[in-house]
Amino acid sequence: MGNLNSGVPKGDLKNKWTNYKDSIDLVNPANKRNIDVIVVGTGLAGGSASATLAELGYNVKTFCYQDSPRRAHSIAAQGGINAAKNYQGDGDSTYRLFYDTIKGGDYRSREANVYRLAEVSTNIIDQCVAQGVPFARDYGGLLDNRSFGGVLVSRTFYAKGQTGQQLLLGAYSAMNRQIARGKIKMYNRHEMLDVVIVDGKARGIIARNLTTGEIERHSAHAVVLASGGYGNVYFLSTNAMGSNVTAAWKAHKKGAYFANPCYTQIHPTCIPRSGEYQSKLTLMSESLRNDGRIWVPKKKEDVESLRKGSLKATDIKEEDRDYYLERRYPAFGNLVPRDVASRAAKERCDAGFGVNQTGEAVFLDFSSAIVRYGKEQALLKGLDENDSSLIKNLGQEIVKSKYGNLFQMYEKIVDENPYETPMMIYPAVHYTMGGIWVDYNLMTTVPGLYAIGEANFSDHGANRLGASALMQGLADGYFVLPYTIGDYLSDDIRTGPISTESKEFEEAENKVKEQLSSLINNKGKHSVDYYHKKLGKIMWDECGMARTEDGLKKAMKEIKDLRDDFWKNVNVPGGLHEMNKELEKAGRVADFLELGELFAKDALERNESCGGHFREEFATPEGEAKRNDKDYTYVSAWEYKGEPSKAILHKEELIFDNIEVKERSYK
Amino acid sequence: MNLKLKIWRQKDANDKGSMVDYDIQNVSEHMSFLEMLDVLNEELIEKGVDPVAFDHDCREGICGMCSLYINGEAHGPDRRVTTCQLHMRKFKDGDTIYIEPFRANAFPVVKDLVVDRSAFDRIQHAGGYISVNTSGNTQDANAIPIPKDNADLAFDAATCIGCGACVASCKNSSAMLYVSAKVSQFALLPQGQVEAKDRVLNMVNKMDEEGFGNCTNTGACEVQCPKGISLDNISRMNREFLSANIKKG
Amino acid sequence: MSKSTFYTSVGYKILMALSGLFLMFFLAQHLTINLLSVISAEAFNDASHFMGTNPLVQFLLQPVLIFAVVFHFVMGFILELKNRKARSTDYAYKNPSTSSSWMSRNMIISGITILAFLALHFLDFWIPEINTKYIVGDMSGLMPDGSFRYFQELQHEFQSLPRVIAYVVAFGFLSLHLLHGFKSSFQSIGLTNGKKRATLHKFGNIFAILVPLGFVFIALFHFLTQSH
Ligand SMILES: Cc1cc2nc3c(=O)[nH]c(=O)nc-3n(C[C@H](O)[C@H](O)[C@H](O)COP(=O)(O)OP(=O)(O)OC[C@H]3O[C@@H](n4cnc5c(N)ncnc54)[C@H](O)[C@@H]3O)c2cc1C
Ligand code: HEM
Ligand code: HEM
Ligand code: SF4
Ligand code: F3S
Ligand code: FES
Repeated sequence: MGNLNSGVPKGDLKNKWTNYKDSIDLVNPANKRNIDVIVVGTGLAGGSASATLAELGYNVKTFCYQDSPRRAHSIAAQGGINAAKNYQGDGDSTYRLFYDTIKGGDYRSREANVYRLAEVSTNIIDQCVAQGVPFARDYGGLLDNRSFGGVLVSRTFYAKGQTGQQLLLGAYSAMNRQIARGKIKMYNRHEMLDVVIVDGKARGIIARNLTTGEIERHSAHAVVLASGGYGNVYFLSTNAMGSNVTAAWKAHKKGAYFANPCYTQIHPTCIPRSGEYQSKLTLMSESLRNDGRIWVPKKKEDVESLRKGSLKATDIKEEDRDYYLERRYPAFGNLVPRDVASRAAKERCDAGFGVNQTGEAVFLDFSSAIVRYGKEQALLKGLDENDSSLIKNLGQEIVKSKYGNLFQMYEKIVDENPYETPMMIYPAVHYTMGGIWVDYNLMTTVPGLYAIGEANFSDHGANRLGASALMQGLADGYFVLPYTIGDYLSDDIRTGPISTESKEFEEAENKVKEQLSSLINNKGKHSVDYYHKKLGKIMWDECGMARTEDGLKKAMKEIKDLRDDFWKNVNVPGGLHEMNKELEKAGRVADFLELGELFAKDALERNESCGGHFREEFATPEGEAKRNDKDYTYVSAWEYKGEPSKAILHKEELIFDNIEVKERSYK
Repeated sequence: MNLKLKIWRQKDANDKGSMVDYDIQNVSEHMSFLEMLDVLNEELIEKGVDPVAFDHDCREGICGMCSLYINGEAHGPDRRVTTCQLHMRKFKDGDTIYIEPFRANAFPVVKDLVVDRSAFDRIQHAGGYISVNTSGNTQDANAIPIPKDNADLAFDAATCIGCGACVASCKNSSAMLYVSAKVSQFALLPQGQVEAKDRVLNMVNKMDEEGFGNCTNTGACEVQCPKGISLDNISRMNREFLSANIKKG
Repeated sequence: MSKSTFYTSVGYKILMALSGLFLMFFLAQHLTINLLSVISAEAFNDASHFMGTNPLVQFLLQPVLIFAVVFHFVMGFILELKNRKARSTDYAYKNPSTSSSWMSRNMIISGITILAFLALHFLDFWIPEINTKYIVGDMSGLMPDGSFRYFQELQHEFQSLPRVIAYVVAFGFLSLHLLHGFKSSFQSIGLTNGKKRATLHKFGNIFAILVPLGFVFIALFHFLTQSH
């Protein structure tokens, strides 16, 4: 077990980034023209990085598996993006955002990175507004904010329930400008299947053209992975169907350490599953918890009648409802962080209070908010405060203006009107804090290979606060990577173009082709989805919201067996040299089957509960997570050794100089 | 419920393609349309038949990747939803469902139900951006207040997901709704004013070059658009186009 | 204006709209004058004579009108052809009525009907008129008996039932054409917006129904008030 060097610059926390930027090597503009950079991914991280690198003058080649860069899964982010602007004057500051993020992450993230993130957060908003991102505004024409879970200030900027979309389209437009100038060459419908390492440095990738099936070699002086998170290892998650770990996993197998794979965020407010055929889960933005109150019935009889359909939620009297978050966490109430809210929902459902047939749902109720807003409006407009149907109408209008699209989405999926009856929600896999290990420069353990956005192990420790992933993706892409990569590339100004004719490219290409052919030629008896669903079930049961030593050991074994079975019995129809969606899926599932095992191994190794990682053995008597700071204040970075189970652990000790490490309490 | 599906099958861009019939049993009304196709594909794979290729990704109506033409309507019979948000409760036992790709010469079929919409991207390259550097050295975000009404209208226009349903449902295969949404978003914001004239001219030129048809204001696009992008945007673009020409002289 | 401006789809649209707007303006004017024939033969004769001999009308408005008509339908055909070419493989199953009106989808059909009507109409009125005035060279507008010929000629045309039927059918199609054309032209030049849209639509529908109805009335009036 080695100790990893994160390369954090010396000096005062507040000045680290500024000093660092002042002291790094720069590449002169004329030389940038001779340097190629590959970016894999066009989400907020990859899109913003591609645009900025191109603008600086590098030749950028960008890849995404969708038919357009605009469709990266960042598009789906709903709630908002944090920034320490303090426009609301409620006491926000860079330090407070830093503090909240470290605390929210359960003291498992790197101080210097988080501080830098908080510091550049304000630039993001300026940048996006200049690009024409239509954030929500108040009647004075100024930017509006909302609050999110786990914090006491309103620092979240939003564009209705489509913040990710608007930010991504901003980055997409910045990319388009560079594509038009010829500085970005865009490869849509291309999937990266390996990194190529030449003389110890990342020098290119092997990609499959998903339209023709052709295997292509692409070279560059540096490779940036911005390929998003791996939540789909659970099969069901709020990720897009194509979200995958392939790019990151292939990098891992080529030497990049994989950090904290077990840190997964299970989001408390998602639409419960409805049947076996379910292909994915849909998130209902956390912002709903600003106005929605979460509850289950107090009485078991009521639960029974709800499930039978003989009782409606609205019939249950106020005193028979258990607003369990407000009960357990009076200070934060419904706005506790996600991990806490999710576990609390699971606790109630496990205790038999789940409100739907499957027993896996709780209510998210807007009726008090509707009344509150209705009264407020009635007062403002000088109308009768006691006319309850008027109040309801007025209140519904306000709720509609805030969450209209989310309510519509819910109604389309569930076929129930959430303005009238409470929503039913249940936690679902949503985000992966873990990812490829990177140093302060966002470089992985492979020189010249960078990872940004959700793909890296990021700044969120063991739990991410709402609205911070968008912030991190854009911070990495617009403001951090473009500086730090220059420091590395300054050595490459005389290298000249990288040839794709080397034996390293040849080898990598052959391996990729081999894997694809063996999938196609296998002609087994089960479809890819069969395996993916099985893997998902193991992951959810044993590596989900609560984990145990026995369960994790069992998971490791089961996943290994499933993987062996996959390679023996999978059936991938179609051919290699054509568009073949099953083949694409097969490659992704093959990698998930390896990652899953490392995931369980990591969870097993971490004998504590922190953030999204909850081990039943390590809990307080009230059922709250119990950290073990003495033994586990480190990042687990795993080195690949031929098999996930044989991975070697490297530790990066986490040092907290600027913040007091405390028990994380939201009571 | 049990359904009869008539699906467009086409091996690749050069294949002629044809409609093929499939039967599917025991479809739950709570399934989404794409989940129904997933089930069909699982059955096809089991039988050794090539599964039906279709585009999809987010499955929550925001990425714009899914794209089917179902019973003569883009994204099917429900309104304000994408195909991935369409649920089987919109159909009845015994129904026959026609499933075709979005059709327009500017959207060539790649395989089965998958089409190539890169023409949309190329239109954006022609001007769908504001030329600011991404350096972060911009002025404070609150330096220019923007009236809420304009901000809201700009937002509404900006919610276009680039799915192409407007083109698919337009009898002329016109991309006016899509292009006008982007032109409008920027025309409504002070940041977008500077380049407004060139933007509208360049984007319209590119749109024509890509082989989309001419709008004759039939309005089908607005009805079929999953995001409810308004015809007002087309009107605004026409106005912007006129005034850009007059001002440029 | 830049040279290439109107060679774009939006440019064509705007020109199409301008010609359409002009034609609608002409139609309103034409209806007014022709309605006079119902009220008083004399007034109609005076107005017709004025219009028929006023140089401004004859040598400016008339050529503009002819140009507008020709431009409008030629352009209509060109656009229709282009639009058909934009989708060479059509859908197997079509269900267009769920999202657009018949009128809006079939402007070419209503347009062709109007064109056919115009051909007949020109044969009936315009060609004899031009013949009398510019070929024969009789600018007096008088008949041998010394009274104006216009009203007589008009009445004469509406003696035949088949012609009246043809006219009335054509006016029906004109109404369909305008039911879409009116609002469409405002949309094309960018004047429909937000709240204005609904008002314009209402007004457009009234125009599109009343104007052709007016023509129907004239045709029937003259047919019914003559002895056959
Ligand atoms: C439903 C939902 C709601 C969310 N809401 C919020 C929110 O309100 N606030 C917030 O801060 N965060 C939110 N998040 C989290 C946040 O959206 C993501 O963490 C973030 O957008 C990730 O951005 P990214 O750029 O790292 O990756 P992504 O946006 O996922 O992009 C990944 C890119 O990589 C490409 N790619 C992947 N693999 C390959 C490959 N092998 N080859 C080639 N290309 C590849 C893809 O094509 C894509 O372009 C939400 C997430 C979800 C799922
Ligand atoms: C006096 C007679 C006519 C009037 C008043 C008239 C009026 C209009 C108007 C107002 C429009 C809408 C323009 C727009 O959308 O911008 C229109 C469109 C159209 N007209 Fe006519 N029209 C007439 C004759 C004809 C004729 C003879 C044809 C011949 C084919 C024709 C074919 C069309 C077509 C195809 C369109 C649709 C094109 C489009 O909307 O862009 N019209 N007409
Ligand atoms: C009952 C209905 C109508 C009557 C009685 C009528 C009568 C006439 C007459 C008398 C003329 C000759 C006038 C002249 O050239 O000075 C004329 C010309 C013309 N009419 Fe009509 N008309 C009728 C309907 C229409 C309609 C519906 C249209 C259009 C769709 C139309 C289009 C024209 C045109 C384009 C000319 C040629 C005008 C010119 O060049 O001056 N008419 N009409
Ligand atoms: S305008 Fe509507 S239909 Fe057209 S691409 Fe945008 S969202 Fe799709
Ligand atoms: S459907 Fe087509 S005709 Fe115009 S109004 Fe929409 S683009
Ligand atoms: S799959 Fe993303 S919109 Fe349908």
